[in-house]
Amino acid sequence: MSAQPFHVKDCALIALSTGIAVQTLREFREGLSLAPASSIYHHFWGRFLQPRFDEPEYNNDFAAWVYHSLHEKALAERLSVIDPTEFHDIEGLRGELIDRVEEHLDLSEWVPWSQADEQFHFMYSKILVMDTGRCLEDPRLLADSVSRMSLGSIFYHFIDARRRTPEKVDDFSAWLLSLGEDYQDLAAAVMAVDPYFSSLKEIRRVLSLCFSRYFKED
Amino acid sequence: MSSLLNAYTSVAGEDVINHLLQLSKPLAGKKVLHVNSTREGGGVAEILHKLVPLMADLGLDVSWEVITGQPDFYKCTKSFHNALQGHRITVGTGLLEVYEKTNRENAERFEDVLREADFVFIHDPQPAALIDSIPNRKGKWIWRCHIDCSRPYRPIWKYLRDYCARYDASIFSLPDFAQRLSHPQYIIAPSIDPLSEKNISLPAGEVNEVFSEFGLDPDLPLLVQVSRFDRFKDPLGVIEAFMQVRRHVPCQLVLAGGGASDDPEGQAVLEEVLTAASGEPDVHVLVLPPDAHRKINALQRAADIVIQKSTREGFGLTVSEAMWKARPVVGGDTGGIRIQVIDHYTGFRVRTPEGAALRIRYLLHHKDKRLEMGKRARRLVRENFLLTRHLREYMALMISLMNGSQDRIDISTS
Repeated sequence: MSAQPFHVKDCALIALSTGIAVQTLREFREGLSLAPASSIYHHFWGRFLQPRFDEPEYNNDFAAWVYHSLHEKALAERLSVIDPTEFHDIEGLRGELIDRVEEHLDLSEWVPWSQADEQFHFMYSKILVMDTGRCLEDPRLLADSVSRMSLGSIFYHFIDARRRTPEKVDDFSAWLLSLGEDYQDLAAAVMAVDPYFSSLKEIRRVLSLCFSRYFKED
Repeated sequence: MSSLLNAYTSVAGEDVINHLLQLSKPLAGKKVLHVNSTREGGGVAEILHKLVPLMADLGLDVSWEVITGQPDFYKCTKSFHNALQGHRITVGTGLLEVYEKTNRENAERFEDVLREADFVFIHDPQPAALIDSIPNRKGKWIWRCHIDCSRPYRPIWKYLRDYCARYDASIFSLPDFAQRLSHPQYIIAPSIDPLSEKNISLPAGEVNEVFSEFGLDPDLPLLVQVSRFDRFKDPLGVIEAFMQVRRHVPCQLVLAGGGASDDPEGQAVLEEVLTAASGEPDVHVLVLPPDAHRKINALQRAADIVIQKSTREGFGLTVSEAMWKARPVVGGDTGGIRIQVIDHYTGFRVRTPEGAALRIRYLLHHKDKRLEMGKRARRLVRENFLLTRHLREYMALMISLMNGSQDRIDISTS
């Protein structure tokens, strides 16, 4: 077994305003270029740990605003389907967002706008990382441990890891790969779990199932 | 773990309490001071009554001071409140002088505590000018705005901004309320306390008592709005909506509220409400004392639908209170109500008395929808709007301020 155990950490986000607020689609396009990278990240990923209803209609805050406040359903759909895991970095993701908005603006006869009290406010968040004191020595403990992890732990190890680690992978599969060839299949199964189109609760459930199935079969 | 923290574990869950314990480590022994303008009445006092003992339980050296003033001071600060919510109000130089003088006098009263605290949370505009009297501040000063100031009346905001800009950070309940300030602006939604008298479970007998105590008909559907008598809560709009509903569905309305010691306009609004309700036996206007928490709890639980038809709302604690009791809410489409009432899921958001009437009629006709929305509403509050989350964010903010501009703060090794 590896000498490097898996330290279970936890995290909390604290949200801040960037001070950028937009009311029209053209202003939104400008906002997308001016907002810090942490803001683009927040509106795709930070929302997982922010107050929200867990059955959202759209998968990122940008798409939700375009639909609910600009009433531009077609653009909302095109923004909602953007999968941030397909982009190597935030700048690539930002570029894609801007392209889709510009394309919509090019085809629009007029600039869509929202009511004054429905502006989009670009936010960002800071992350506080905490130690749970729990440590896993054996991958066979993963199924039980993951099912009892807080949503903060799931966020930290499965989502935040992708921007924190040089390999841009989640901590679970990185740990499994570090243990040698024995767990390559399991690591691949973990990597196949889609982190984006669901909630943290769902990710926790799917991961736990993935680990328990593997070790049952094993 | 203390018994207080232990009690929250059963409601909020072990993970939430673990977060609090971990975040409290770097803050152990830090002097934290909260300052507001009333000990009783209104949401801010209600939150502080629970937040302060919980912070103390987590090892912080926390205290709470209340500034006091003469009627002209409250007249001035009520005008500030209204102006921040968008009313075009002129505040004369005389009243502004009273405001500044009152803040100077209060600063003298607890100068040492203000100077020595590691973190000073100043709640709302009333004590905002205290900062002026404490030039040698040791700690970080945070201005916590509980008001919907998304579109403030500019001359008043310009005056207050001179004070607010001197703070190290500010907190707004929603991103929509953030202002152009050069310091960090944190977004923290308020919360309710699930273990308070206002929110704990009540025996059915105690809930049913409200019908006889307040002369209500137990066989008629009950609509309830609990709010201070304040124009922004639109009690007259609620009565108008009720009249429209009652033309089609028999029902009764309770408007329950009280005053806050820092709100001089309450009496005038109450009189307007009483006039509008006169001659309407099914409209019950209840003026309750500030400590009538169990009564309010029972009324919200007895209600079939809870209304909060505000036209401006910083957050609207009564919305989360009702949702915690699994009641659907028909709320004004404004401010903090928008993050609690998810349209068509946990209730309905409306902009007019007509809209409120339409949604109330729908819910009165569909008991299954009421129950379904109520269940979702309780879940949304449990996951997002309980005191424990609020406290976690306050502690995260303090740690964040201790760590400057870093976006990633690792306290796992501290």
